[in-house]
Amino acid sequence: MTVLLFGVTRDIVGSGSLEIPSKEADGLKTVEDLVTYLKKGFPGLADLTSMAVAVNQSYAKHRDPIQDTDEIALIPPVSGG
Amino acid sequence: MSVNRYDRQIRLKAFGARGQELLGAARVLVVGAGGLGVPVCQYLNAMGVGTLGIVDGDTIEETNLHRQPIYTPSDCGNSKITILGQKLQEQNPDTRIELHPTFLQPSNALDLVDSYDLVVDATDRIPTRYLLDDVCVIKRIPWIYGALHGFEGQLSVFNYKEGPTYRCLFPQIPKPGEIPDCNQLGTLGILPGIIGSLQALEAVKVICGLGEVLSGKLLLFSALDQESRQVRFQKDPSQESREVRDEAHYNSGFCGTGEGVSLSDYLERSKSDQAPLLVDVREPEEFEAFHLPEAQNFPLMELEQRIAELDHAGAVYLICHSGSRSAQAYQKLEGRLQSATLSWISGGMRNLEPEVS
Repeated sequence: MTVLLFGVTRDIVGSGSLEIPSKEADGLKTVEDLVTYLKKGFPGLADLTSMAVAVNQSYAKHRDPIQDTDEIALIPPVSGG
Repeated sequence: MSVNRYDRQIRLKAFGARGQELLGAARVLVVGAGGLGVPVCQYLNAMGVGTLGIVDGDTIEETNLHRQPIYTPSDCGNSKITILGQKLQEQNPDTRIELHPTFLQPSNALDLVDSYDLVVDATDRIPTRYLLDDVCVIKRIPWIYGALHGFEGQLSVFNYKEGPTYRCLFPQIPKPGEIPDCNQLGTLGILPGIIGSLQALEAVKVICGLGEVLSGKLLLFSALDQESRQVRFQKDPSQESREVRDEAHYNSGFCGTGEGVSLSDYLERSKSDQAPLLVDVREPEEFEAFHLPEAQNFPLMELEQRIAELDHAGAVYLICHSGSRSAQAYQKLEGRLQSATLSWISGGMRNLEPEVS
């Protein structure tokens, strides 16, 4: 499973993308499972209250199912102008 | 109007004389005269937008010059919109330029956007974008979102033909300090030029009915790998606001309140909860006008004095008109009730109003 990171999530993780090995991705059934998993690995993400998640380039809700082959994007609002 | 000036864009068949007429009749408000606002204004002005309003209360600083290339060192210390207005008028004497030397705030936002057909967001603050979203939904004006983070940019067109809005994409206002701004992060001079130019392009598409407007799609631009991605998203009417809230709402977000429960969730849960208490935190006259039969009135300002009356063994639900005050009430009470489990109802009584009245 590929996770693309935008805005402050990229700064927190320290990279523009993450690969989650199939063995671990198998246990992640929903968007919420994935977010919880990532927050454990990167506690800075747990401080974010506002973050959109896209699955295969479509906005997804917390209960939406995910699969190992999906491309997920974490998209927080950004501030600058 | 000099037709010769616009000859090269009128030659474009899909744009033509009709496109030029539409631009000339358009009234566009640009909120912010900084990194995004400068390219937005320069291109819309050059291309022949009839009326260009600009809102900004700021002065030019030396640290602005690398990304706001219309300003010069001798402009520093002067009002941004005064200088920008003069230069734009020189560039295109036909444009009607309307200067609003202030910042967009809950108290002036509805009046400022009122006479415009289209708003371009060139602010550098997330709270102002939530405010813009609310006033544009109320006034039924589409708005063009652009924002930056490091080497990245975001772009979308919100509320276009009643399409999805900023609150559909980011329902929760982030806490202050959660998302760093350009002053903290820094920004490469060219990046606002790119995103601002894309905003001006979307503005022209909306005004002239050209091509496919970026509505219901968020464009994510990444400068370092020169990559653009689009994410589709839907309208979510439950998240849209139909009122301008107070300053505290936009600035503080709903700190620490998590997601409230919906009114329908409350109605469902209260059947199985033991002795649920519904606390209506609106003002007494609002409460008198209509309320749920089981509700008790504890106006928000009295809540803390009457805290002992709320502490009982069971579920306590907080409700108000739209969810804003119930979230504030939650913040006041959180951790202060000994045995009650506390929830706030998002959406609020206004979701019931048609049925009640």
